[in-house]
Amino acid sequence: MQIRYAVFTPILCRTQRFNCAINNTRLQMLFTQTVPGAIYLLATVSPRLDRYITLVKAYKMSMELDVFVGNTTIMDMEVYQLWLDGLTVSDAVKVRMDEGALLECEANPEVLTSDTMDQFRTFQMCERLLHSPTKLGSQLLYQIPAQNQIILIERYYEFDSVFAREVLGKKLSKGTKKDLDDISCKTGITLKSCRRQFDNFKRVFKVVEELKGPLVENIQRHFLLSDTLARDYAAIVFFANSRFETGKRKLQYLSFQDFAFCAGQLISYWTIGAMDSMMEDMDVDLEKEFLNELKDLKVLVNDKDMMDQHKILVCAALRGKIKVYKLMEVNFKNLSRALVNLASKLTHTKDVRDLFIDLVEKFIEPCRYDRWTVAEITLFLTHYTNAAHCLGTFRHQMIWDRYMGVIKSSQCSPLLHLSLIKVNYLSPTPSISSVSPPVNILNELNTFLICKL
Amino acid sequence: MPGKLKAKIVAGRHLPVMDRASDLTDAFVEVKFGNTTFKTDVYPKSLNPQWNSEWFKFEVDDEDLQDEPLQITVLDHDTYSANDAIGKVYIDIDPLLSSEAATVISGWFPIYDTIHGIRGEINVLVKVDLFNDLNRFRQSSCGVKFFCTTSIPRCYRAALVHGFVEELVVNEDPEYQWIDRIRTPRASNEARQRLISLMSGELQRKIGLKVLEMGGNAVVGYLQCFDLEGESGLVVRAIGTACTLDKLIPGSASNTNTHPNTAPASNACNSPSKEIKEPVFSEDPTHPLSVPPTPLRTLPSSSSPPPFSPSKLCSRQSSSSDTDLSLTPKMGMGSGISVGKEAGPLKTLLRQQAQSALEQREFPFFTLTCFPPGFLVHIGGVVSARSVKLLDRIHNPDEPETRDAWWEEIRQEIKSHAKALGCHAVVGYSESTTICEEVCILSASGTAAMLNPRFMREGCLDAGGSDQRLSRQPPLGMVGSERAEGEVSSSWLGFDDASPPSCGFCHIPYDEFNMPFPAQLTYCYHCRRQKVPDVLFTTIDLPAEAAVTGKGCLIQARLCRTKKKAQGEVNATAISNLLPFMEYELHTQLMNKLKLRCMNALFGLRIQISVGENMLLGLASATGVYLSALPAPGGIQIAGKTPSDLSYDQHISTMQKRINDTIAMNKELYNIHPPECIEEVVGSPIPDRQRSRLFRSTSESSDELSELDLSHGKKDAFVLEIDDTDAVEDIQSLLTDAPMPAGFYSCNTEVMPGIYNWTSGLQMFTSVRVYRLNNANLTNQGLNKIFTDLCENLLKSLYFKLRSMIPCCLCHLNFTVAVPEEELIQVAVTAVAMSFDKETQLAADKALNKGSGENEEQLQFSMELCGESTSSNNQPTAKPSGLPESAMTHSSSRDRCSTWLELLRLKAHTIRRGSVKTTSSSERCSPLPEVRSRSLRSTRSLPCGAPVTVVKMTPLSFLPRTRIVKYLGIINMFFIRETTSLREEGGVSGFLHSFIAEVFAMVRAHVAALGGNAVVSYSMKECVFMENPNKNQAQCLINVSGDAVIFVRESDQEAIPPLITCGQTSTTGADGTT
Repeated sequence: MQIRYAVFTPILCRTQRFNCAINNTRLQMLFTQTVPGAIYLLATVSPRLDRYITLVKAYKMSMELDVFVGNTTIMDMEVYQLWLDGLTVSDAVKVRMDEGALLECEANPEVLTSDTMDQFRTFQMCERLLHSPTKLGSQLLYQIPAQNQIILIERYYEFDSVFAREVLGKKLSKGTKKDLDDISCKTGITLKSCRRQFDNFKRVFKVVEELKGPLVENIQRHFLLSDTLARDYAAIVFFANSRFETGKRKLQYLSFQDFAFCAGQLISYWTIGAMDSMMEDMDVDLEKEFLNELKDLKVLVNDKDMMDQHKILVCAALRGKIKVYKLMEVNFKNLSRALVNLASKLTHTKDVRDLFIDLVEKFIEPCRYDRWTVAEITLFLTHYTNAAHCLGTFRHQMIWDRYMGVIKSSQCSPLLHLSLIKVNYLSPTPSISSVSPPVNILNELNTFLICKL
Repeated sequence: MPGKLKAKIVAGRHLPVMDRASDLTDAFVEVKFGNTTFKTDVYPKSLNPQWNSEWFKFEVDDEDLQDEPLQITVLDHDTYSANDAIGKVYIDIDPLLSSEAATVISGWFPIYDTIHGIRGEINVLVKVDLFNDLNRFRQSSCGVKFFCTTSIPRCYRAALVHGFVEELVVNEDPEYQWIDRIRTPRASNEARQRLISLMSGELQRKIGLKVLEMGGNAVVGYLQCFDLEGESGLVVRAIGTACTLDKLIPGSASNTNTHPNTAPASNACNSPSKEIKEPVFSEDPTHPLSVPPTPLRTLPSSSSPPPFSPSKLCSRQSSSSDTDLSLTPKMGMGSGISVGKEAGPLKTLLRQQAQSALEQREFPFFTLTCFPPGFLVHIGGVVSARSVKLLDRIHNPDEPETRDAWWEEIRQEIKSHAKALGCHAVVGYSESTTICEEVCILSASGTAAMLNPRFMREGCLDAGGSDQRLSRQPPLGMVGSERAEGEVSSSWLGFDDASPPSCGFCHIPYDEFNMPFPAQLTYCYHCRRQKVPDVLFTTIDLPAEAAVTGKGCLIQARLCRTKKKAQGEVNATAISNLLPFMEYELHTQLMNKLKLRCMNALFGLRIQISVGENMLLGLASATGVYLSALPAPGGIQIAGKTPSDLSYDQHISTMQKRINDTIAMNKELYNIHPPECIEEVVGSPIPDRQRSRLFRSTSESSDELSELDLSHGKKDAFVLEIDDTDAVEDIQSLLTDAPMPAGFYSCNTEVMPGIYNWTSGLQMFTSVRVYRLNNANLTNQGLNKIFTDLCENLLKSLYFKLRSMIPCCLCHLNFTVAVPEEELIQVAVTAVAMSFDKETQLAADKALNKGSGENEEQLQFSMELCGESTSSNNQPTAKPSGLPESAMTHSSSRDRCSTWLELLRLKAHTIRRGSVKTTSSSERCSPLPEVRSRSLRSTRSLPCGAPVTVVKMTPLSFLPRTRIVKYLGIINMFFIRETTSLREEGGVSGFLHSFIAEVFAMVRAHVAALGGNAVVSYSMKECVFMENPNKNQAQCLINVSGDAVIFVRESDQEAIPPLITCGQTSTTGADGTT
């Protein structure tokens, strides 16, 4: 005999009243007997309940096996979400009851439990297939309508950005997996869900790590994800591969989306694929050759003439246009040096990893200290980049553009999380339309972002 | 060498990793047929091997082709140790042997292993070159088509219905052979699978031979079962109905549009044209129809069962035996009544006529449940017989005499029951067994009926004229019979031609002054000329032409009886003694529930009795309907045993009130509003038609009754006498059946009367539950309660699961109960949920009404339908109001239950069967896909972009809003799955869940490989589940069958004409075939 103590829910039908005398006190209890074997005691739990168990002895039985299999696999997407969230069956039943599932079809808790168990089992059995989504379409075991397959896969690979932010840049190894319970505590995401998300990251990483061609497309091809989700995974894979440091306190204000944006920029400027998509190489790694060539940019700060000329050009362009002009004029050399040194250091893996922290420490923080606005930074960087082209002796235009393309956007992208008004802001800036499209967009973003700073 | 089988192994995919080191597999394939084996090359290091082998050719006898499956084994090559088996695929090549079915098998098959389940897929191509063999003495029967469908398949017409065919083969069960002790579970399972595959192939071949001998070319309603008798062996038996089928060519369909068999949906359209269509004999080259047809010949001695001989059984009991016949409600239980002495000479003439045709056969049985119009003349009632046997080891597998004799005995009994009911045939016939240890209960049941003898003769299905020409009977007799019928009931000719009320089938076939059991007869509410019973029980589907008021619903009677544990003979005797009481109680329950729903007929009745070591389970399921031709059912009257104190009376009256309320509520729910006013117009000779209103009053109605019914003065309301414990149960169970949630209907027949506008959304499912009783000392009441709750809860879960399909109807709800072990109850359900469109229901009804009205008689019914349709619209609003009421009823009934007040005894005063009135207008309501209304959105259309062919499955013989264009052959598969890591596979539920999913997948794959896109008449005949949680082991056996078909979706344009014209009898046939 199992007696379950259920939370009192007014919607339960079929209740039965028992008047029981306990210690000369009349105590009223509400039983609802929903399925043989389970008695829900609704109102009061008496410490001497066992005395009354005899009342219901006749219902002694338990369900050994309960299976429902449809020719077309029935999947309730709400229950799927609960399963993905790592809830236990009983928790999921509670959630469903709270959501009013009992009102449908005259269900009772037992029916709901049975349905939830069954659904969870179905998902568990499908999980194996979800690990390689391309199989889901060709497997014969479950007949799942195509639109459901898409939802199944997409939802399975969706992740909490809070969780992703925690794992970002870490090695997707067993060690990290062991720390998941900490992350689970910190983020409030169930450990089960954390594990699923982590395993997803790892699985995607393993598959695309060695593949040639564009990263996002590879992910989409192998995991049938939507474009946005595939981009996010590309960012995760990229960060995990290059192991960028993101955990420092100074970087804590950056969200996953900020980093994902940066990753997008890095992929499109600094990898081999960025220059030649036909190249038989992958997007996952930064281009070694390019990083080496970045050393050549040192000439911008080492050659005094060039640096002065550069400063004059930038100042001429910015004069009267920014409020912090004076400070900029004073600090130009420091800023320029910071940016160029950053570039020249990138030959060392360690420095590549510290790219973001360095950017924040060496460039963003000084600017912030001087109370630059975002617009000012953008304008500065735009002219700073363009002015270098006008330097007659500067021969590394290509490298420079590739480098600055990322710097311009990525150092500012951290503010993407404030970007709700992005569209509004961008529309009244027609001046940039003359620039070539990709740069154009980046600039727009920059302008906006820097404004927000 | 009459056949060459060719197989080609193309590729594999998703193979399991067999080599842990490389995470890859070196796979190769063995192809085996009979004793010949071929191998492909090893395709190294791949999970998706591309073998692309040559064609492996097997030159074999066609006998082997029929018996043997093609066996494909996928293995992992291992240089140092033995090759590991990955799994197997068994392909039944029977569909390739019939010229009309599939021509090639090509597709991806799941590779199945009895221990690991599905492990990857393999792409195979199979072809057969068949050389015709016209040898008269051949042992093969290639070309005979088999159908599980229990009606004439959609794209065929029945030129001739020959009758019953049966066969059984026995063998030792490999699981119980000595060798099983030393071989692996896998080897044992595979031996078993292979053996059963062989046996069912052999069985089909033998049945095919019988069919050829009878002159037929097909078996319809083929029902094959396995009896796992444990130690004593393995029996595979099959029954079916031999027919000569002609394929309908879609183009010519318009010419033959008058043919009734094109679709049972259009049964109504009895040919107005007298055009005689010659059966096409030349279709099948091997088909020996040019030989003078001998459909009536008894089976030749070679295949006839051995003479009836007393078997060595220790105990034998049939339900007809000594139960109180006057109380036994079972139709056909009156075996003592002689048929010969009818009063009406005309009836006698007819009977003789029909008998002469049928009695030449050993068993005039038909496994069909749906018939061409005019086939059924009268229905007597349900006949059933059970017999308890003690199993003994099968000594000689080649001479299955004992089993044959057992069945022979049962069939004889059924035949005599039918005779007692004045019927010469049994339709909707089925057989089943239940085995527990060495006790085996054999059951057979069917519906006694009078058939139109013309259908048994050559080429006479089309028109009356042809049968005279082709008939072997003296023409005089023929004419006589027709004349007789014309006087006795509405003539066949009449209803063949102008389709006047076809209420004939509910008219009593037996003599009213010499009834086999007490019954309450009234004049037919439709034709007013013939007597009909007040209640009609049948095992067949609702005839398409039947006029039904309101909707139907599933009615279940459930019963549990404890039994002392015993061995051998004692056990068998105990069971025999219990059986009649169980049947009686099940019947009483059915009757009560029927009355409670205000219905008067049961269709598709299926009574299952299952034996366990210490209990017997009985489950009767049927679909209740209100047949317009039968009298309105009386209410239920509760009577106390003695005039006692006031509170007792009060209790009785509250109970009575509750029952009355429930009846009223059910009338609303099922839309049952008997057309009283209309009857007035007709000038009914029956004064007590208000009974439907006054059903509470016993005295009143009995007065009325005595007026009308000369033979029986007692009764109207059904009286339940409260005088003992059991009755409390019965009343409670009567009232605690939960109503269905809004938007759901359920039935166990093919279709639900009253619902016409199916959408194409459908979901077939199987649900299995096993309950463990934790307390062995349960009383009968306790058990009953548990069992009832169990079924009710299962239904509730199904409703909840399928709530996304609302409004929908669960059709063909087929419950199977078993007692796999002591204290375990297993319930398995297979059904299909079909959604329908509420909005168009009204439109359809209106169209139907418009269509009718050709004559006055029909007009009345159109009015009736009109009322029905409007009320069906009101229904959604009416229902919610009804529901709280029912909830109240439950709680209050429980109140009473908790006080454990009175003990009731339920006593049936009179239990009878009724009859059905049919009208041509009702045919228009036939809810089959062909007449479905247009432009319904398919709510759940499956995506076609998926690389895997979507295969629909349904236990019904049709798919709504589609047209079956080709039958590809029968699917009959048997699987065993075993595990030694039960916990790891998710426990028993996880294990069975994946196994059932695997079975579905394999069925779908086979259908797809045959080129089909659906399985109709799907059924899971066996699901034996055994577990041993302590050893972490479980084993399950599943047997499924069905017909693989190709269907095409009815386009909207095509669907419009049926809607408009479905009322016109002449075009309905065309709709069925276009």
